[in-house]
Amino acid sequence: MSKKIHVSTTVNGESVEFLCEARQSLLEVLRENLSLTGAKEGCNNGNCGACTVMLNGVPVNSCIVLAVEVEGAAIETVEGLACHGHLHPIQKCFLEGAALQCGVCTPGFLVTAKALLDKNPNPSEHDIRFNLANNLCRCTGYDKIVKAVQAAAAELQTR
Amino acid sequence: MPVVFIPTPMRDLTDGVTEVNVTGNTVGEVIDALEQRFPGIKSRLCRGDKLAPGLQVSIDATMTLRGLRTAVAPASEVHFLPTIGGG
Amino acid sequence: MAHANELYLGKQDYQVLGKRPVRHDGTDKVTGKAIYTADVQLPNMLHGKIVRSPHAHARIKSIDASEALAMPGVFAVVTADDFPDLTEKFALMGEAGQVNLTELAANCLAKGKVLYRGHAVAAVAAANVHIADEAASKIKVEYEVLPSVTWVLDAMKDDAPLLHEHLRTDSMGKKADKPSNIAVHLQFEKGNVTDGFQQADVIVEREFRTASVHQGYIEPHAVVALWNEDSRLKLWTATQGSFNCRQQVAELLQIPVSQVLVVPCEIGGGFGGKITVYLEPVAALLSRKSGRPVKMVMQRNEVFEGTGPTPGSFARVKLGAKKDGTLVAGEAWLAYDCGAFPGGMIGPGCMCVFSCYDLPHAKVDGFDVCNNKPKTQAYRAPGSTQAAFACEQVIDELAEKLNIDPIELRLKNAAKEGTRRVDGPVYPRVGFVECLNAAKNSEHWKSKLSGKNRGRGIAAGFWFNIGGASSCSASVNDDGIVCLVEGSTDIGGTRTSIAMQLAETLGIAAEDVRPQVGDTDSVGYTFLTGGSRVTFATGLAAYQLGLDLQEQMKQRAASIWDCDPTSITVDKGVYKQNGHSLTFKQIAAKIPENQLDPVVGRASVAPEGSTNAFGVHIADVEVDPETGKVTVLRYTAIQDAGKAVHPSYVEGQMQGGAAQGIGWALNEEYFFDAKDQMRNASFLDYRMPTCLDLPMIDTIIVEVPNPSHPYGVRGVGETPIVPPPATIANAIHAAVGTRMTQLPMSPPALWKALSERA
Repeated sequence: MSKKIHVSTTVNGESVEFLCEARQSLLEVLRENLSLTGAKEGCNNGNCGACTVMLNGVPVNSCIVLAVEVEGAAIETVEGLACHGHLHPIQKCFLEGAALQCGVCTPGFLVTAKALLDKNPNPSEHDIRFNLANNLCRCTGYDKIVKAVQAAAAELQTR
Repeated sequence: MPVVFIPTPMRDLTDGVTEVNVTGNTVGEVIDALEQRFPGIKSRLCRGDKLAPGLQVSIDATMTLRGLRTAVAPASEVHFLPTIGGG
Repeated sequence: MAHANELYLGKQDYQVLGKRPVRHDGTDKVTGKAIYTADVQLPNMLHGKIVRSPHAHARIKSIDASEALAMPGVFAVVTADDFPDLTEKFALMGEAGQVNLTELAANCLAKGKVLYRGHAVAAVAAANVHIADEAASKIKVEYEVLPSVTWVLDAMKDDAPLLHEHLRTDSMGKKADKPSNIAVHLQFEKGNVTDGFQQADVIVEREFRTASVHQGYIEPHAVVALWNEDSRLKLWTATQGSFNCRQQVAELLQIPVSQVLVVPCEIGGGFGGKITVYLEPVAALLSRKSGRPVKMVMQRNEVFEGTGPTPGSFARVKLGAKKDGTLVAGEAWLAYDCGAFPGGMIGPGCMCVFSCYDLPHAKVDGFDVCNNKPKTQAYRAPGSTQAAFACEQVIDELAEKLNIDPIELRLKNAAKEGTRRVDGPVYPRVGFVECLNAAKNSEHWKSKLSGKNRGRGIAAGFWFNIGGASSCSASVNDDGIVCLVEGSTDIGGTRTSIAMQLAETLGIAAEDVRPQVGDTDSVGYTFLTGGSRVTFATGLAAYQLGLDLQEQMKQRAASIWDCDPTSITVDKGVYKQNGHSLTFKQIAAKIPENQLDPVVGRASVAPEGSTNAFGVHIADVEVDPETGKVTVLRYTAIQDAGKAVHPSYVEGQMQGGAAQGIGWALNEEYFFDAKDQMRNASFLDYRMPTCLDLPMIDTIIVEVPNPSHPYGVRGVGETPIVPPPATIANAIHAAVGTRMTQLPMSPPALWKALSERA
């Protein structure tokens, strides 16, 4: 067994330290070491987006980021979206718009959608589809996901 | 009397007869009556005291998994169909 | 496109049904708190890994695990020899009828032979996934490679490599005299096809081929098994049926069902692929051997190579019509592969191929064929999509030859109440005509489509509604909230559609019911989630449960008012008698105050299934003749839902099924090389549709109530995958005049077809 490496990072605004093996992915460490199981493993090779988290403000597939790479970085996961007992508008719009069925891809979509709206508060349907193409959903046909992101964008604009 | 639709692959046993009226209050009784008339058909429809693997009964438009115990009314149509499940 | 989601027909005076409450489990799922199987952590837990065959067909000469077992952190290795002897053992398993346990076990861990690449051979449990991976690579398996076959027609040939030396074709109880890969030959005949075709003015006959596709759920198969010292086996798992899982595991391990507890976790998609067990019995064996809990999670390539695709198929379909469009005869010859073991989807394929039409004369032959692929599994309306791809294109071509509008041709021949199906039974009240009329009147169909290389297609589809047992129970809290425990694992929001039916029956709000999915110890037997049965059958149980609770509430009210319960009337949750009036919630509050018996209700039902749901889809496409790429410009799905309990989730089923069908139509396939190895076993290479590949999917819900359900509910989950491939093929034909008879209609395939024509 390889020697463990010490990593200091920030997760959802809190300072976190962990020990990991060099071969462990960020996803594995989030789930196994830090018990943040919101990010899901769907493919473990960067193709489904179920493990999407934000790394320094950029959405990444955490299954293909090595945990040792996040030294000093800021990570945001789905667990950090709601604050002080209130759902983020994107979460609320997913719920009200029935934009989830089985729900396993949902955390990834929420994080990707937040990253999009942080950068582009008024995206076109094409912008949304282009940015969300990193995330696979097999249940919904994406219709209600796209509409939920549109609704969330509209709600965020009125704030 | 209920009418039984003979599955196409079993019509070698019925001399080409496609539908037949037989007496019986359950699917099991209907099969026994069929066997009387067309010897050998029961061993094709059943395995032991159950319907053969892969078969289900449809009474009129209703598919049932109750097998040989399924009640049959005098005006019923009895069909033997492949089982279906679903995703 | 203002008409995105419309309701059509339907009774509107329900209190709860037809509304769109937020689903009860929603908040957990948007905050990352919902617990899926891979999220389960037990103390002292090990991680298991499967060793899989690199060959499509081979004899296992030896398995040597000594090096793996010698590694630090490795705790147990199991092979097929760890299963009990299951020779000649069968088990009656719901809709599957009698299941051959030897085959079920051999699919979990190969015995003697591997029958497909990815076939599980051995498994190891270790301290973590990385050690398990390393240990798996050190288990040495010696193989004698055998010739293999993956295309269904090749597997039917006399000189094809045989998968099972003792398999003889079964033709409804009659066995063939020599071994073959053809497990089953089915035949259905109605009228006399020879006579029928003689009456035809126009006959169209074509051959169609489809590749295997995968269900593609995002959550890989996963299980946590704990075989306790008291012999109790606990399984946390992603399954479409906790009781079906329990039965399969108990039968395979030859232990009583009550020794097994299955805790259904949240499940990340199933679509038919999470009914058969793969990992559960293996993890159980590893747990027994190691004395510790064992978690197993498949990697994506294992999901593709080791779990159920849908059958690849060949179909020859012939239809004859008179000049006025009346169909007079139909003939179909269908061969579907079932993969490594017998028992595929050919039965429903045969029963669905002409199910949309009233044919006086018809004959259908079907073959279930073994080949070197994973054992095929159900995938949303299993067998129907391949059949519709063939039949609906032949219908389209007939319409063209007869110069009749394709909707009018379908309307003229549409199956309706009283139509006798080719497989025999007569339809009760069904809503196909209403769906066709909804399509005809839709803004989409009436709109103009212009532009080069663009075309519009339409096609229909059918699927059954199976019945089966369902149970639920509930207790009424002091605050009037009803806690519902039901047995159907929830793969798409059914907790809410069941809770809504209970709420409707009781006259309370959907939010006042708290549904949860029970484990196999806490709720009565409930058959699996599949066959479009849950909202129909478990919904029926919830309705009966509502009646039970209502009766008990009447009795409590009668105690409060000191009257005869039968003198109490109930309307929309308000209980009245001789000037007294209390709401459901008010009675609930008075029960503890008055020291009355708590209200606990239960219901269990086993409704029989009936023929069911029809759908019609419309697609506009644009073909790029340079590349063969097809872009879907606009899409509308129309379906008879009987009664849409939660319209958003009915639309969601229609949209999701349509998207899966579009993927099947345009890109998805198991791509095998010369050695029958799958070459695209990753999401990158298999390439399911992303949101950039699809337009909005408009829906029109038609409501023709199901006579066998108190609220008229029909299952809606499966039908939406049936029409898309034919719809898109018909649209491609309208766009560029080329008839695509092979799935997928991927850019290379369409480009080749266009080039050959040029």
